[in-house]
Amino acid sequence: MSDYTEPVVDLALAREHGLTDAEYARIVEILGRTPSFPELGIFSVMWSEHCSYKSSKKYLKTLPTQGACVLHGPGENAGVVDIGGGLAAVFKIESHNHPSFIAPVQGAATGVGGILRDVFTMGARPVANLDSLRLGPLDQPLHQYLLAGVVEGVGSYGNAVGVATVGGETQFHACYAGNILVNAFNLGIIETDKIFLARASGVGNPVMYVGSKTGRDGIHGASLLASAEFDAESEAKLPTVQVGDPFTEKCLIEACLELMATDAVVGIQDMGAAGLTCSSFEMASLSGTGIALDLDAVPQRETGMIPYELLLSESQERMLLVAQAGREEEVAEIFRRWDLDVAVVGRVTDDGRMRIQWKGETVVDIPVDPVAKSSPELDRPVARPADLGERQKLDLASVAPEEDFEAALCELLGSPNLGSKAWIYRQYDQLVQGDTVIRPGGDAALIRVRGRDGEPTAKGLAMSVDCNPRWCWLDPHVGAMAAVAEAARNVACTGARPLALTNCLNFGSPERPEIMWEFAEATRGISEAAVALETPVVSGNVSFYNETSGRAIYPTPTIAVVGLLESWEHHAVSHFSQPGLSIVLLGESREELGGSEWLAQRRGLEAGLPPVVDLAHEKRLHGLLAAGVARGLIRSAHDVSDGGLAVAFAECAFTGPARVGATVRLPGTIRPDALLFGESTGRVVATTSDAKALIELARESGVPAECIGETGGERLSVGPIEGEPWLDVEVVSLYERWRDAIPRRLGES
Amino acid sequence: MTNRTIPRESAHFVAALGLFGRVCVGKLALVPVEEDEQFQGAGSKSRLVPPPRFQLFSVIQFPGSLDDRDMRFAFDSVLKASAQLVWHKEPELPPQTRAVVLPGGFSYGDYLRCGAMAQYSPVMAAVRRFAEAGGPVLGVCNGFQVLCETGLLPGALLRNQNLHFGCEFVHLRVERANPPFTSRTAAGQVLRIPIKNGEGAYFAAPQELARLEANGQVVLRYCDESGTVDEASNPNGSLANIAGIANERGNVFGLMPHPEHAVEAAIGGTDGLLLLGSLVDAVRAAGGGR
Repeated sequence: MSDYTEPVVDLALAREHGLTDAEYARIVEILGRTPSFPELGIFSVMWSEHCSYKSSKKYLKTLPTQGACVLHGPGENAGVVDIGGGLAAVFKIESHNHPSFIAPVQGAATGVGGILRDVFTMGARPVANLDSLRLGPLDQPLHQYLLAGVVEGVGSYGNAVGVATVGGETQFHACYAGNILVNAFNLGIIETDKIFLARASGVGNPVMYVGSKTGRDGIHGASLLASAEFDAESEAKLPTVQVGDPFTEKCLIEACLELMATDAVVGIQDMGAAGLTCSSFEMASLSGTGIALDLDAVPQRETGMIPYELLLSESQERMLLVAQAGREEEVAEIFRRWDLDVAVVGRVTDDGRMRIQWKGETVVDIPVDPVAKSSPELDRPVARPADLGERQKLDLASVAPEEDFEAALCELLGSPNLGSKAWIYRQYDQLVQGDTVIRPGGDAALIRVRGRDGEPTAKGLAMSVDCNPRWCWLDPHVGAMAAVAEAARNVACTGARPLALTNCLNFGSPERPEIMWEFAEATRGISEAAVALETPVVSGNVSFYNETSGRAIYPTPTIAVVGLLESWEHHAVSHFSQPGLSIVLLGESREELGGSEWLAQRRGLEAGLPPVVDLAHEKRLHGLLAAGVARGLIRSAHDVSDGGLAVAFAECAFTGPARVGATVRLPGTIRPDALLFGESTGRVVATTSDAKALIELARESGVPAECIGETGGERLSVGPIEGEPWLDVEVVSLYERWRDAIPRRLGES
Repeated sequence: MTNRTIPRESAHFVAALGLFGRVCVGKLALVPVEEDEQFQGAGSKSRLVPPPRFQLFSVIQFPGSLDDRDMRFAFDSVLKASAQLVWHKEPELPPQTRAVVLPGGFSYGDYLRCGAMAQYSPVMAAVRRFAEAGGPVLGVCNGFQVLCETGLLPGALLRNQNLHFGCEFVHLRVERANPPFTSRTAAGQVLRIPIKNGEGAYFAAPQELARLEANGQVVLRYCDESGTVDEASNPNGSLANIAGIANERGNVFGLMPHPEHAVEAAIGGTDGLLLLGSLVDAVRAAGGGR
């Protein structure tokens, strides 16, 4: 085999590749021989946690994935949901946590690039990004640096490919000090009769490689970097981080969409984790075919690359497609016009084998299905964390009541978690493609949908990404339900009907039983909520091993919900739009301070049970919001979440184009700090010019509703029905605290 | 006009611009301008059947252009003035071209200086000839950067002072209101239009800057809501709060803000139409309409 000698493959080398002894034995059994070096590489990536979902499969199977609107669920590159009029929304969220910690700009950028490819691979034009970021405390220089880098990465990629970043969430917590989370969501629009799947059918059809050339970057990015926890040596993993090129991606998007407008394509798949290997195996496996590949035909940007490297490289901005035989030149012409590499690298075969040639020799010859489908499925031990009871213990009676409501509100609003995120989203192009109706800063983003002719339609899509990791740490089942409920509620606040969700399940090491317990509980919570709210899970991603030196992140099942507005022009905003409107509180406030921001920030306690989640109530609330907005009865609707009612009122008052104060008088017998700062779920602060009609509509919908005040003035005054207000403060002073929360900590205000 | 030979595609345009009077070149059937009034602007229901449209706005599409389709949408769908994308490898502009628009984006990824690569695209030679013949050329954001790189406009766009990319709505004060780019505005009028750039700080050498000011070539400045031009309303560190400039002749205009993102009342407002609509008016006034 020319002048290159392969390392000797044995159990020791298999272990170095992250394979277990049992897995190695299984490989030898499948092949009936010792694997070659590139074959070992292939098995190791295909059976890695990242690619095979071996620890999570058991639980992912239990998620509800069916629904009237679901055209394609998990298993494809992204979920596809029918939105009527011959159009569908294609969306998915994915993690790029480990790379972003090691190289924040490139890690975050390639995270965005990867999720974009998942969406346009299916034939959709990507139209909107969301990002969900979690970092360590912002007073640590490391996390200031990571925040700046991650935001630059998300922005530099999204901005340069011409996809608006329309929303997102950012949180800071000590549990992410050693493992930040960067989850990227993308949504695209597709015509329902032009959906492309990862298929390699039609024996004899050409397998074509398009996009960037292959280099040595990112080898084992998915299998080693994303499938093991960090330790002190993690920085040595820098070479496993990929490097992104949004310019090439932009050209690739346009070229692929141009190609897909023809009927020359049989199937297409992006080369993401595990590159050429994963994409070719998936395509062949999904079609029950085989593929013969010639590695010498692969466009290469470095010399002397060996099969192992060519097969495992995670160079970005590459796609593998199967074209109709005889139309190779037509396909190539489109990519050449965009100055992209294109090459026929193989043919579809009928023998169910992956046969890979290099310099005239067969270097890989293995059956497709055992690699792609028979990856191990583990039933890892599960154990409730020993300290869970301790976490959940909270005697409210012993928690000193809030003595200064104004100071408390100012502190919460001025904290990085609750403060303005404008420092972040200002760095993102929120406008490109001209359809952003609600820009970042509200509850959910809202975009207008364009039709097949590129002209605007009446339809709008609302989307929101949410999770409260503290609640998930206190009770992963309830916390995960709450994440689904909150994301759906945010979407519903615009007037949209929540359609479906995508999830990014960020957890610690699955090898620890208590982490697997958290995972099992969280997926159970997502399932229950998705069923009750009729928002099936259409796509998703699992990120394990988010821990450093044995310290795991809080369980963070990030949920993004997408909802449909039949008429985008009839939507509600989240801020008070004018003075003189009645403020109506939808939902019930209970004495729930467990796991709240107030308790954490003002009392230094992360304890108790998270608030109760009433899914039936949430579902009724969705109906009420949709009806109220459609009838023009609801002028604004804002979800009550972190920081409770007081923070929600303040946000309503100052996040609009003009500041509008309010006077609120709250009924209730619970302790005032719980009323102001408690985070009971299922609540919305709505405004209306006809409180009577809205309360009547709420009564018909079975949603508790009360008129609690009126908008107007330059102050926010909140108090009990009788007696002195708890707080009465100028909106502008609250606004300034909120506005400067992040810049102040970065020394930029 | 100079006695230099005018290239073919540029000659068409000579007809288009009011600056040079109304001359008909080519096969365009000219219709009196007054009739255009009925389809100015967007939205009226009386215009169910738009008249045939001949005037052509050529929006150049570089690899990495991002706002090209938005720009076409603004001219074509909102302003009802036909616009088409022109691929950067074309050696000539379409013969009906009456105005050229260089849209925003990251041409060639902008890995070198912004706009530095795009100036060498084949179509840019044709754009230069078109501009030199007096044809109106509008450059937005990356398009502005390209115009500076090609030398069609003086100065350069530097990295934003705070070193961050910035996307936000800003206020702009109109410094001169005349055809072909700002005739729908009044001097001193305040517009609300978004910016989104990482390298938007306008810079010119002191002499050059003095010349721009003396000639009245500064078209737009960043200001506050009330029109006050000050440090606080300068989003990126541009000299003299400059947001947009024209060449001496007045037929080439570059600006960092994105008028194409402010063309619909419910999405970004309509102040962008005041700028883009001015260009449509100019082309129509020159007989380029229908």
